[in-house]
Amino acid sequence: MASKSKPAAKARFERHGLTDEQLVEILRIMLMHRTLEGRGFQLNRQGKIPFASAGEGHEGVQAGAAMAFQRGRDILVPYYRDLGLDLGVGLTPYEVLLSLFARKADHSGGRQFPHHYASKRLGIHTISSVLATQIPHAVGAAYALKVRGERGRAVLVTFGEGSTSEGEWHEGMNFAAVHKLPVVFLCENNEWAISTPADKQMANPNVADRAVGYGMPGVIVNGFDPVAVYAVVNEAMERARSGGGPTLVEAKCYRFLAHTTDDDDRTYRSREEVERRRRDDPVPNFERLLVERGVLTPEGAESLKKAVLAEANAATDRAEAMPYPAPADLYTHVYAGDHAPWR
Amino acid sequence: MAKTDTKANALDRRGLTDEQLRAIFRNMLLQRQLDNRGFQLNRQGKVPFALGSEGHEALQAGAAMAFERGKDILAPYYRDLGLALGIGLTPYEIMLSIFARAADHNGGRQFPNHYSSKHAGLMSFSSILAAHIPHAVGAAYAMKYRGENGRAVLVTCGDGTTSEGEWHESMNFASIHKLPLVMLVENNEWAISTPLDKQMGQPEIWKRAAGYGMPGKRFNGYDPVETYAVVKEALDRARSGGGPSLVEGTCYRFLAHSTDDNDMTYRTKELVAEARKNDPVPAFEHRLIEAGVMTAADVDALRKDVLRETNEATDKAEAMPYPQASDLYTHLYEGAWQPWQ
Amino acid sequence: MAVSTGSKILNNVEAVRETLYEAMKNDERTVILGEDVGARGNVFLITKDFINEFGEQRVIDTPIAEASIVGIAIGMAMEGLRPIAEIQFADFIYPAFNQIVGEAAKTRYRSNGEYTCPLVIRTPYGGGVRGALSHSVSIEALFYHVPGLKIVAPAFPADIKGLLNAAIDDPDPVLFLEHKKTYRLIKGEVPEGHYTIPIGKADVKKTGNQLTVVSYGLYVHWALDAAQQLEAEGLSVEVIDLRSIRPMDRTTILQSVEKTRKLLIIHEDNKFGGIGAEISAMVAEEALFSLDAPIRRLCAPDVPAMGYAEPLEHEYMSSPAKMAQAMREMVTF
Repeated sequence: MASKSKPAAKARFERHGLTDEQLVEILRIMLMHRTLEGRGFQLNRQGKIPFASAGEGHEGVQAGAAMAFQRGRDILVPYYRDLGLDLGVGLTPYEVLLSLFARKADHSGGRQFPHHYASKRLGIHTISSVLATQIPHAVGAAYALKVRGERGRAVLVTFGEGSTSEGEWHEGMNFAAVHKLPVVFLCENNEWAISTPADKQMANPNVADRAVGYGMPGVIVNGFDPVAVYAVVNEAMERARSGGGPTLVEAKCYRFLAHTTDDDDRTYRSREEVERRRRDDPVPNFERLLVERGVLTPEGAESLKKAVLAEANAATDRAEAMPYPAPADLYTHVYAGDHAPWR
Repeated sequence: MAKTDTKANALDRRGLTDEQLRAIFRNMLLQRQLDNRGFQLNRQGKVPFALGSEGHEALQAGAAMAFERGKDILAPYYRDLGLALGIGLTPYEIMLSIFARAADHNGGRQFPNHYSSKHAGLMSFSSILAAHIPHAVGAAYAMKYRGENGRAVLVTCGDGTTSEGEWHESMNFASIHKLPLVMLVENNEWAISTPLDKQMGQPEIWKRAAGYGMPGKRFNGYDPVETYAVVKEALDRARSGGGPSLVEGTCYRFLAHSTDDNDMTYRTKELVAEARKNDPVPAFEHRLIEAGVMTAADVDALRKDVLRETNEATDKAEAMPYPQASDLYTHLYEGAWQPWQ
Repeated sequence: MAVSTGSKILNNVEAVRETLYEAMKNDERTVILGEDVGARGNVFLITKDFINEFGEQRVIDTPIAEASIVGIAIGMAMEGLRPIAEIQFADFIYPAFNQIVGEAAKTRYRSNGEYTCPLVIRTPYGGGVRGALSHSVSIEALFYHVPGLKIVAPAFPADIKGLLNAAIDDPDPVLFLEHKKTYRLIKGEVPEGHYTIPIGKADVKKTGNQLTVVSYGLYVHWALDAAQQLEAEGLSVEVIDLRSIRPMDRTTILQSVEKTRKLLIIHEDNKFGGIGAEISAMVAEEALFSLDAPIRRLCAPDVPAMGYAEPLEHEYMSSPAKMAQAMREMVTF
């Protein structure tokens, strides 16, 4: 059985070596994550963009995990519900809005759906919308680190629990275990694969229990607790960086919103269920925790929120004012160099 | 590893009658004889290809004894000669497949050892590893959907196939729906040239079962009686609505992968000779004689009978005609169709 | 093409082997991964002993899992290695379809050029070897529809070396098809030293002025045999070896057709939606009024694969005699 980390204890605050500054940064990422996702849904309702997806409920997992990522060294292979992780490893709100608005200056040049970031500078791999395809890529990247003897570097790859049903997930896990690769598999288990609940996705609700079958450690962590997530992911990344091989980490969280702006989750789950789970919302909980523990004053929290909103607004205005790609951009980057399309 | 001393278990027959024990042994002898026949015919230039399952005899003969003919379904892979024989295929049918004759179940279309027989409950499969496992799961779903209690699907594969994505997807789906399915892994330690430690991070495949929320068990695949007991328990659970199981029998591939493979390029003679010391065929013969189920004279007579049957099947199949050129165009769709020309 | 210092006679297996060997020797970023490529040295012994020289970190015996063989190679390529992935038989490539079509071919495009996927996927294909339903298929038509992917199918040892080098050097994913019946059947002179042949360039293997034949793979050799027969009969046939399927060399095809005014396309893959369909459409669009006869395609019958039994394989495969007959009919049309 996978080991379980303790849920966030009210009485005791284990900060796992994180400084006040780091704790506040985690909260800032969580707040920015939520603000920008809200912004995506707003822009969609205003008819300004055709589509947005959201990771509300994942803020704790992603801000905590991102704190364990070493910028300039590690590689992130995310999936499309990882806005918080992308922000946490250095993506700016402006880049996020460029993606939402599908502007030419976006990393994909406005080609991809929103939240499919890629940044070679930050070490964020390009991904598609096809689930689990990124798992073998992450394993291949980890192999490259290992074969070149680049100790001290590791790959963090993420996915929802739905992706763990894919064959490529299994193949990637297996290969990483055979070669003891520097990779951490982080499952963000939000209990819903669009409309399919976890019990129709897998017979054993704990993805981490599969780790033993591959011969790697498996850990379950409360994904609503960013500090606990940081501690578990940090330990796993350290093991990977130092040659100790891969780890499967499962962070339990919940998807508060519908899958995307194109999905109506009232067709498959009750409002009561969602409201009940909202009581554990990690964003206000973590803010309260930091205030209670004196890491942040109430005024500090308020000004942080204002700063986040101001930055999100500025990013929105700036990105919206940018131009779309031109029709001619359809034909670029098919191959290296000049491409003469068959016509 | 659960390699028990076979002699110590000589008397533990797990409910099998003398007749059943002899049938298991006959199947094992027949497997070895037919396997060798395929390799001989290849060396004589009479067939272009043959596959062997030497080392798997006990596992397959034991598992086949747990299969209920007329009820269960078998979804095998291409190294399952003994299972095919054990559920009712005849040596003549085997030879038709080896010779690729028109009367073969596949009409000479498929490689040898790719049997299919609706009559025997043996599902058609290709050479593509793991492709058949979702099919087995679908068949089990059909049984469950129609409420056919008392039936189950026995699906087999080698250790190598467990690395395929389709293996994982199938195990997951079978466990979600508690399907009447037994996944029998014949772990012979070699995927053509790739040893276990390059195939998986830890060598015990049954340990993956817990991750899927299903029972898992490992057993000595050199012991046909233990194999029978483990597979029967899993099949009985499946037949009675208890859901799927993952059972892993340990064995060894004594021969090269096929007549096209030379295993001396990647493993040593000594390694194979060491593994051969546990050869399940003479070991089971010894146990049956020790237990008084057969005399040495019975065994000799049985051997002769198996050889005679193999020879007759060979001659009869060889005399049969090939398919005709026009047979290339049949059975693409139901009814008549006009190929694009 | 670089200057070569000499040449030697190799068969197609040896040409693949030598090229891979030099790539491994000359570039530490190169890794080979696939089923049985290490200790066994590939089922056709193409990479025999590579593992001893280059180590098991660079010659990787993978688990049997084709989707991840390609997927892992993509990740390696994105992070600066130069992987050469092998699918043991083309018939086994279908689980990797998604990684090839959905991922590798789109990596550059979807990241607007920020990430690239310099990757070679080698696989033996084709029939005539008693390979039955699952060891003899042609797969090119399933992939040639896909922009972002390059597909190469050379038939001669020197072309194999030049195009495999080009594929390895190429900054984009290349599907490299090797006809397995030609592996030991076809021998030829191969220049020493490193050289490349541009991907996307066809080669006129025999000149003629009464009919253009376009083919690739094993059938180029059979088409050449047939064209020689016709030569003896006083009929002049030009034979173009496509070599690259995508990008395709329209210039060479059109120039030849404008000269001979007749076109016969021959391939082992079945006709419906095959490579010949695209060539026919292109020539009809570009050079219809240069044609003195309807375009003709000689292809495999419209069945899923060749059967194992000898008569089934024989019926499926074409032959130099059948090709010669089709050529005669076209020339005298």
